[in-house]
Amino acid sequence: MNQDYEIVVGLEVHAELNTESKIYCSCRNAFGREVNTLCCPVCMGMPGTLPTLNEKVVEYAAKMGYALNCTINPISKQDRKNYFYPDLPKAYQISQFDIPLCENGYLDVWVNGGEKRIGITRIHIEEDAGKLIHDDSFTGTLVDFNRCGVPLIEIVSEPDIRSSAEAKAYLDTIKSILEYINISDCKMQEGSIRCDINVSVHKKGEPFGTRVEMKNVNTFSGAVRAIEYEANRQIEVLENGGMISQETRRWDDLKGQNFLLRSKEDAQDYRYFPEPDLMTIVLEQDYLDSIKASIPELPNKKKARYIKEMGLPEEDASLLVETKEKADFFEQILEGASIKPKSAANWVLGDVSRLMNETNKPIFELGIVPTKLAEIIAMLEQGKISSSAGKQVFEEMLKTGKEPAVLVKELGLEQVSDTGALQEIVDAVLANNQKSIDDYRGGKTNALGFLVGQCMKASKGKGNPALMKEMLLKVLEG
Amino acid sequence: MELYQLTAEQLSAMLAKKECSSEELTRSVLNRIEQKDGEIGAYLTVCGEEALKKAAEVDAKRAAGENLHPLAGIPVGIKDNICTRGIRTTCASRMLENFVPPYDAFVMEKLHQADAVILGKLNMDEFAMGSSTENSYFQKTKNPFDLDRVPGGSSGGSAAAVSSGEAVLTLGSDTGGSIRQPASFCGVVGLKPTYSAVSRYGLVAFASSLDQIGPMGRSVKDTAMMFQAICGRDPHDATSAVHDYPDYTANWNTDVKGLRIGLPKEYFGDGISAEVRESVMKMAEELKNRGAELVEGSLPSTDYALAAYYIIACAEASSNLARYDGVRYGYRAKEFANLTEMYEKSRSEGFGAEVKRRIMLGTYVLSSGYYDAYYKKAKFTQIRIQEEFAKAFDSCDLLLTPTVPETSFRIGENIDDQIKMYMNDILTVTVNIAGLPGISVPCGFDGKGLPIGAQLIGPKFSEGTLFRCAAGWEEICGGFDLSRTLA
Repeated sequence: MNQDYEIVVGLEVHAELNTESKIYCSCRNAFGREVNTLCCPVCMGMPGTLPTLNEKVVEYAAKMGYALNCTINPISKQDRKNYFYPDLPKAYQISQFDIPLCENGYLDVWVNGGEKRIGITRIHIEEDAGKLIHDDSFTGTLVDFNRCGVPLIEIVSEPDIRSSAEAKAYLDTIKSILEYINISDCKMQEGSIRCDINVSVHKKGEPFGTRVEMKNVNTFSGAVRAIEYEANRQIEVLENGGMISQETRRWDDLKGQNFLLRSKEDAQDYRYFPEPDLMTIVLEQDYLDSIKASIPELPNKKKARYIKEMGLPEEDASLLVETKEKADFFEQILEGASIKPKSAANWVLGDVSRLMNETNKPIFELGIVPTKLAEIIAMLEQGKISSSAGKQVFEEMLKTGKEPAVLVKELGLEQVSDTGALQEIVDAVLANNQKSIDDYRGGKTNALGFLVGQCMKASKGKGNPALMKEMLLKVLEG
Repeated sequence: MELYQLTAEQLSAMLAKKECSSEELTRSVLNRIEQKDGEIGAYLTVCGEEALKKAAEVDAKRAAGENLHPLAGIPVGIKDNICTRGIRTTCASRMLENFVPPYDAFVMEKLHQADAVILGKLNMDEFAMGSSTENSYFQKTKNPFDLDRVPGGSSGGSAAAVSSGEAVLTLGSDTGGSIRQPASFCGVVGLKPTYSAVSRYGLVAFASSLDQIGPMGRSVKDTAMMFQAICGRDPHDATSAVHDYPDYTANWNTDVKGLRIGLPKEYFGDGISAEVRESVMKMAEELKNRGAELVEGSLPSTDYALAAYYIIACAEASSNLARYDGVRYGYRAKEFANLTEMYEKSRSEGFGAEVKRRIMLGTYVLSSGYYDAYYKKAKFTQIRIQEEFAKAFDSCDLLLTPTVPETSFRIGENIDDQIKMYMNDILTVTVNIAGLPGISVPCGFDGKGLPIGAQLIGPKFSEGTLFRCAAGWEEICGGFDLSRTLA
């Protein structure tokens, strides 16, 4: 990118909420069911039907509001956004216009080794539309109304984002918060999080440029590509003496390009007006307080705690808090065990993550009991088993589900720390390796490693290497 | 005396005493429909077989000694914008000509629970937009008092059916006067309940914040019986009120003594025909003679009410009627090149002129740049009108006004004069805008022998007071004379 320019990005994230039922009727809110099996006269917009608000939706949205440090409006209203489209059965979407549920928040995200605060303009509740189905097997278009009335929250950020990396960090953090407070399944492939992106560029020190809105961005990596593409497109237009026009463009992730959807002149007039079929949403302070109290520790705060209180490197902390499950797993290992957080982190980010990748299973479905893993780590830290034995126990535990201590015994992996027995091994190794002793004394300190290796070999891998190293040094230095 | 000529109150007592059966009664009314509806044109759909089946069921229940609702076995007609499961619900529109709802409106559930006998569906102005029932796609309904004249609207079929003995009771809907104005034109009683008293679930929406379903009958008590059956909280209508409704008929009181009746001067001014004004004033004097107190009053914002009403109603209608797009149900144009054309042609061909006019008006007033000038101002006016009513009720218990400035007009007379047509609503729209209950009762006849209606308006949930005053008047005038239309 041309370094003379600065990018300004604002994001509108739509997240489907994982409530049991839909927002305005009692139909089940679920994905992947047979078409048109999760709908009723209400979500189909049949004549005479009326919406009734699912209070869980308000609760979930208010949770997100608190998680993003918003003010929750004790009185908010719902409005109709009018437009024609075959996937919108009432020809209006019930949304919130001028008085959203949540306003004026912020989110601190970690990016480039530091913290960046991104303003949250608002969060409002609304209903999702259905899906159009085009298929070669028939002419025309079919509509699946299962998604109609699935509850959504729209999270609108301030134009505080200055790079695609910041956008990615923001989106990742939003996603992990949604997961932490368990209000959305966040399944990108099911479209449960989607975003619209507003991008403008300007020369450094100059006022903001004209913004362009991009729709149809369905993955976070796509968002990064879309932002970079659009910023470069705008810079190129400007560099060639052109002007940016306020317009809406559609991102095509396969082509890696965006295309004009409509210009400002063609902008739709949604004719918002207050939804007369629904009452004003009035929230009591006690209710709001109880929602606020239900918010768990959020990933950005968790991360800061891991770094500051546990002394973990920032990279480890970031990786651990990526999902609530991973962080929970990590914390469950530490719970009640006197082991070093860094040891647990190494296991979670090492062997456990590798297993997740290999099996494509969520962390809690790997068959690893965190307290048992903690036992292995404790035995390692106490020198009861060697690191190679630790891995062996881990693998066996996965296969058999047996207790680590039992496995150590069964496999004869218990590390020998009996100084008497070890001294015999050390003495024998030294007796057979005079050259290495001379090398060491002659300044070739890596000869020590060779000697430790020989001792390990002689002990059939069971000798405590730290102890044997100590004993070797006593003789070599003595 | 034929059974179809009697009131629900009389019939309910006869049924209870087994002096007649519901089947006999239903046959009587169905025969009446068969004889009379050719000239009146009140019904769009008659469900004779189902009605007789239901009547026989109710008779069997009664024979078995079951404790039955006062409306059990009483044949009633339903305005065709109230969804009836398995029965075509057209809103008198080509758009919904073949629409059969797979669900019942809340009021239908209530009527089924009460074991009422459903006769069929009644004609109306298309989507309840109009004051003459001339805007029906299917047919014109005639005023039983004069077949050259309109029954009023939009619940013209409901009013004409009750007036002519083609139903004992009917349900209508009232957004700006659509129950009261036709009740007035057809010489019957019509109640527009307090907004939120009757669930709107299953009432095909015209203007959601103003629509209310209400009863029409040949006596005040009949109307009260029907209201009692349909009012109450419905969890499927978020705007439905939680309210403890009294047992109106058990506490029936026709003594008007001590009632303070307000006469707002704006409702008796220019544009009100002399005959109408005199008739309502005469009623006021009679009530005073029986001990009611007459209070002069004023509702200064009345002049703005009609404009505010048409802005709010059309705005909501433009959105409510957007769903008729030809995609899922209802009329779809036969030929079209693309999606936009399908929308345009389906809606152009499926809706009548008045509906399209109001959709365009509503779309305009909600458009960006006009919202503040029209919709927002109309909403402010609404608040003003509500406040003025509240203030008026500080000094009186209810208000008495004419229901309509004039009596029924000739079919076709106003069809090209929209303003004149809209002026029909000038005395009734305020009640909807303020969310209040209003009842129209017959108060006399003009020189042509056409009925004149008087409107009683009360504070929210004052239906009991309205019934008391209306029934008091009914007693004073010796009952409402429908001998000509029931003959």
